[in-house]
Amino acid sequence: MKKHIFLLAALIGLGIGITPAQVQKGSVLIKNATVLTITKGNLESSDVLVQNGIITQVGKNLTAPNGISIIDATGKYLMPGIIDAHSHVGLDVVNEASAPITAEIRMKDVVNPYEIGIYRALAGGVTVSHAMHGSANVIGGQNATLKHRWGSKDPADIIMQDAPRTIKFALGENPTRVHGRGNGIQPRSRMGVEAVIRNGFNEALQYKKAWENYNLAKTQKGNTTTPPAYNERLQTLVDILDGKIIIHCHSYRADEIYMLINVVKDFNIKKLVFQHTNEGFKVAPEIAEYTMGASVFADWWSYKMEVYYSTAYNAAILQKNGALTSINSDSAELIRHLYHEAAKTQRYGGLTDEEALAMITINPAKQLGIEDKVGSIEIGKQADLAIFEGHPLSSYAVPQMTFVDGIKYFDRNSDQLDQRQRVAATEMVEPIYLRANEEAHRCMQDVNSYFEAFQGAFFSEKH
Amino acid sequence: MNRILTSFCATLLALLPLMAVAQIDGEFVKPRNGKFLLKNATVVTVTKGTLTNTSVLLENGKISQIGTGITSSDAEEIDCTGLFIYPGIIDSGTRLGLVEVSSVPETVDYAEIGNVSPNMQALTTVNPNAEAIGVTRVSGVTTVLTVPSGGLFPGTAALINLNGYTPDQMYGGFKAVAMSFPSSGRRGRFDRRSDEDIKKDGEKAMKEASEIWENAKSYLELKNSGAELAYYPEMEQLSKVISGALPLLIEVNAASDILNAIKWVEGKNIKVIFTGVAEGWRVADQLAKSKIPVVTGPVQALPTRASDRYDTPYANAGMLAKAGVKVALRTDEEENVRNLPFHAAFAAAYGLGKEEALKAVTINPAEIFGIADQYGSVEVGKRANLIVSTGDPFETRSQIQHVFIDGYRIPMSNRHIRLYQEFLERSPGLKAN
Repeated sequence: MKKHIFLLAALIGLGIGITPAQVQKGSVLIKNATVLTITKGNLESSDVLVQNGIITQVGKNLTAPNGISIIDATGKYLMPGIIDAHSHVGLDVVNEASAPITAEIRMKDVVNPYEIGIYRALAGGVTVSHAMHGSANVIGGQNATLKHRWGSKDPADIIMQDAPRTIKFALGENPTRVHGRGNGIQPRSRMGVEAVIRNGFNEALQYKKAWENYNLAKTQKGNTTTPPAYNERLQTLVDILDGKIIIHCHSYRADEIYMLINVVKDFNIKKLVFQHTNEGFKVAPEIAEYTMGASVFADWWSYKMEVYYSTAYNAAILQKNGALTSINSDSAELIRHLYHEAAKTQRYGGLTDEEALAMITINPAKQLGIEDKVGSIEIGKQADLAIFEGHPLSSYAVPQMTFVDGIKYFDRNSDQLDQRQRVAATEMVEPIYLRANEEAHRCMQDVNSYFEAFQGAFFSEKH
Repeated sequence: MNRILTSFCATLLALLPLMAVAQIDGEFVKPRNGKFLLKNATVVTVTKGTLTNTSVLLENGKISQIGTGITSSDAEEIDCTGLFIYPGIIDSGTRLGLVEVSSVPETVDYAEIGNVSPNMQALTTVNPNAEAIGVTRVSGVTTVLTVPSGGLFPGTAALINLNGYTPDQMYGGFKAVAMSFPSSGRRGRFDRRSDEDIKKDGEKAMKEASEIWENAKSYLELKNSGAELAYYPEMEQLSKVISGALPLLIEVNAASDILNAIKWVEGKNIKVIFTGVAEGWRVADQLAKSKIPVVTGPVQALPTRASDRYDTPYANAGMLAKAGVKVALRTDEEENVRNLPFHAAFAAAYGLGKEEALKAVTINPAEIFGIADQYGSVEVGKRANLIVSTGDPFETRSQIQHVFIDGYRIPMSNRHIRLYQEFLERSPGLKAN
């Protein structure tokens, strides 16, 4: 037994050596809440016990083991932490708009744990966000799945290290404007977008073959073959083809959605989620059959030509056609009330409470490949939790407390009006963001500097 | 040959009416004027309490009777048992009708070139057939102020009802000149000016505003004294504000700017409404003392400063009202005006309270705009702008069942709904034909 512990300790030690960060995990007993488990129904006046960051018990009249703090949630609602499958909070940079394919780019390199958007998201009950590359490129960078451990100093501490890799794709207006119209290179049309993807994957197949040939030759006696040049960009595309990365594709029109479905069918790629997907409702049966579904806005439309023919009933149509559907924010503002965005599926399409809540919890968890860890209140899952005054789907709901791994990172009652942590004596005039909502939409952020000759046309572009 | 041709043509002509019918399927539902009796509803009048089991009679575009046991032999009856009647919801600041697709400049008409263009009329460019109008009104928002923006005096805003085929048919009887008050604050992190430069720029902009104002005053004085004046439409429009014929909507947001604006308005003896007022909560007492009414929003917005409590935009309206400021709400939106009821709900939940939040989108704007004799509550004699809902219209789960604007029964349809009807169960589905 002792040997085992020793071995375990050694393993943990090794683990620390590999993982750069040590995240905090908490224990807490939340009592007498209406527990919205999402996957196992609603439990009236029930308790949830969290030990060392994991949900260990769910039931009535639970008692707290020694030293575990108790939170009385009588009259309140407890739900799993909200998951945003499309966000740019906690990022210093969003777009590497320098080429139609930039698959080697990693958002994990630009995570900023001090970004205030993380805290504001927590204040809306959001515990996990999918920090995405922007939509300037057909195949953009690899995204980071974040856990909102506010106060962490090391970027690695807010990255969900056990989440699978995902990558951003983008179709339609943004890549054709940036590369075709801005730079005079393919793609200028939606035909070109398809070509960029197909060419990229075919090149990746050749690259893979070259390595296979080399690896085979290496085993031969007297081999003198030199290895192919390593190419991170192509290797990432190979990883997509090998099913190691989930594609999250910015898309709006039905034709381009249908195009990508055909492309991934040809390359035998199974892991594909559509983002925005405003015209997804037109190809809902195809999305349901061939993909991991769609992550959509509740009601945004008309801000650009390719979303003019949208409907707020999109999520309901997708859901009722059997497509896995989530509601996302893509905005530092909307991320603060995703519970309300999900509730709009009741106004537009009459979805049930269970269906609406799943769209901001277990459904996005599935699309990010983390449904075994978060997205519902179940024994064994990570204790990401949110307490609400009022049902989360009521327009009058007010989030009260938010927990990540059993640690409370937001408490409305201890929130200060003035939250300045440091005041610089030299800074006499504090910056005021008067049209902050417009700056909150960041899908096309950082593109301007590449195309200043474009007379600021990108400024008016969102998403 | 000729005979054959003639008889062929005759046959075609005879078939023509038949073909005209056969070519088009379905029927388009138009807004319909008439006499409507809404029976047995719970009527939330806003100004006279909530009346249960009450009927409302609409005729000639007005609310003609409210009470129990109203009968009418010629009115179309609509059973409202279990339903709620509210006054039409008013958004006090939008760009509705002025924009079709915001990223396509050819469809964006709310901003004209120039710093001083108060004579630009929002009403001129309101597109009665803008898709967003049909999308908005089924949410229960029946009336909006649509406002130009851009320079110092960007134009003249107009109140419109969301039904009608010409701007004049939509015009709701209130106009005001818009002003963007010069800002003395840092406009965000990208603003790299030194503190001194910010101060200088602010003073310069204020000086310019005051000079323009003095010019307009001179224009009015000369005009009143009977002088023959050169054509000067900008001054003509501004002089209407000075004479009190039109109110001034002052867009002002940063706390220091609000204080400056209060000072600037003092002694001018004009009708003023502050709009935006994002940092109003910082100077709520001074605002209350000034007695200037406020149109604030969007409520679902980010704080103006990184260090502010996360919920200040939600709580702003409540803090202003508590200090004694008269508050109306706006979305400051174009295609998302339909979310106004939800903005109001957030303001309610974060301190304004449900009753005051309802007033902030009904009777308060009506009073602020000086049109409370026609708008803002369910009362006899007022315009027949009202909505019938399955519950609290601020709740997403409630459904708006009927909308009446100027006595017209509005079809509960728009492109969003038609797409839902077409695509919910697509045919063919997944499999090929």
